[in-house]
Amino acid sequence: MTTPIAEHQTLDTSDTLCPLPVIAAKQATDKLARGQVLKVIATDPGSKADIPSWARSAGHTLLKWEVQGKKFVFWVQKG
Amino acid sequence: MTTAVQTTPLQDLLEQFARLHRQAHDTETKRVAIVASKGTLDMAYPALILATTAVSMGMECAVFFTFYGLNILHKRKSRSLQVAPLGNPAAPIPVPNILGAIPGMTWMATRVMHWMMRRQNMPSIQSLLETARSMGVKLIACSTTMGVMGVKESDLIDGVDIQGAASFLEFASKAHITLFI
Repeated sequence: MTTPIAEHQTLDTSDTLCPLPVIAAKQATDKLARGQVLKVIATDPGSKADIPSWARSAGHTLLKWEVQGKKFVFWVQKG
Repeated sequence: MTTAVQTTPLQDLLEQFARLHRQAHDTETKRVAIVASKGTLDMAYPALILATTAVSMGMECAVFFTFYGLNILHKRKSRSLQVAPLGNPAAPIPVPNILGAIPGMTWMATRVMHWMMRRQNMPSIQSLLETARSMGVKLIACSTTMGVMGVKESDLIDGVDIQGAASFLEFASKAHITLFI
């Protein structure tokens, strides 16, 4: 059992496709302080690759991600 | 009185090493230059999706709207971008391609595409444009196209820069990604 990550904010992008999950994630992290964690929920199959790419490019850290049923869940720490 | 600063070979070497190290750990902002040359629905979406994603990723992005692509920035025309089934075997209409020549078929294919987009909660072109502008995508209208097609500045949406090829190429010459759509 892994330690749960405490997120500061949750963003649910379910039922939207690229580019919306990434745009929404960017807008949400803009409002966070460095070090805070954003939990992103997505159903776009592309987000499995896109959210990690976005996090790397934007200077954030992907702490963890997992599949929950039909949803992809990511924990991104603002860098 | 000034004295010439002498550097030793070791200092030179260290400086060179430091420069190479900086290059290897390149942290400069990535830059994306996109040319949007087509004024159809199926060509407007990719340009705007890539541009909005680029700025979301922390990249700097400019889109140069030229020729029919300028319609995307046109207040009135950007609301009625179409997709043609004629000569487009991938068009979202399940009829023989030649029937695409019948009046109304372009309208129908356009309606189908709008419906497909809405069904997947995709934003409209207007909404994507607004997102692009608010997130800092540089929207550039080609001045030559404006002249040739008789487009006035007041015909375009707000917040657009009017430029020619040279200034876009100067931007693109420092771009890491350059796309022609």
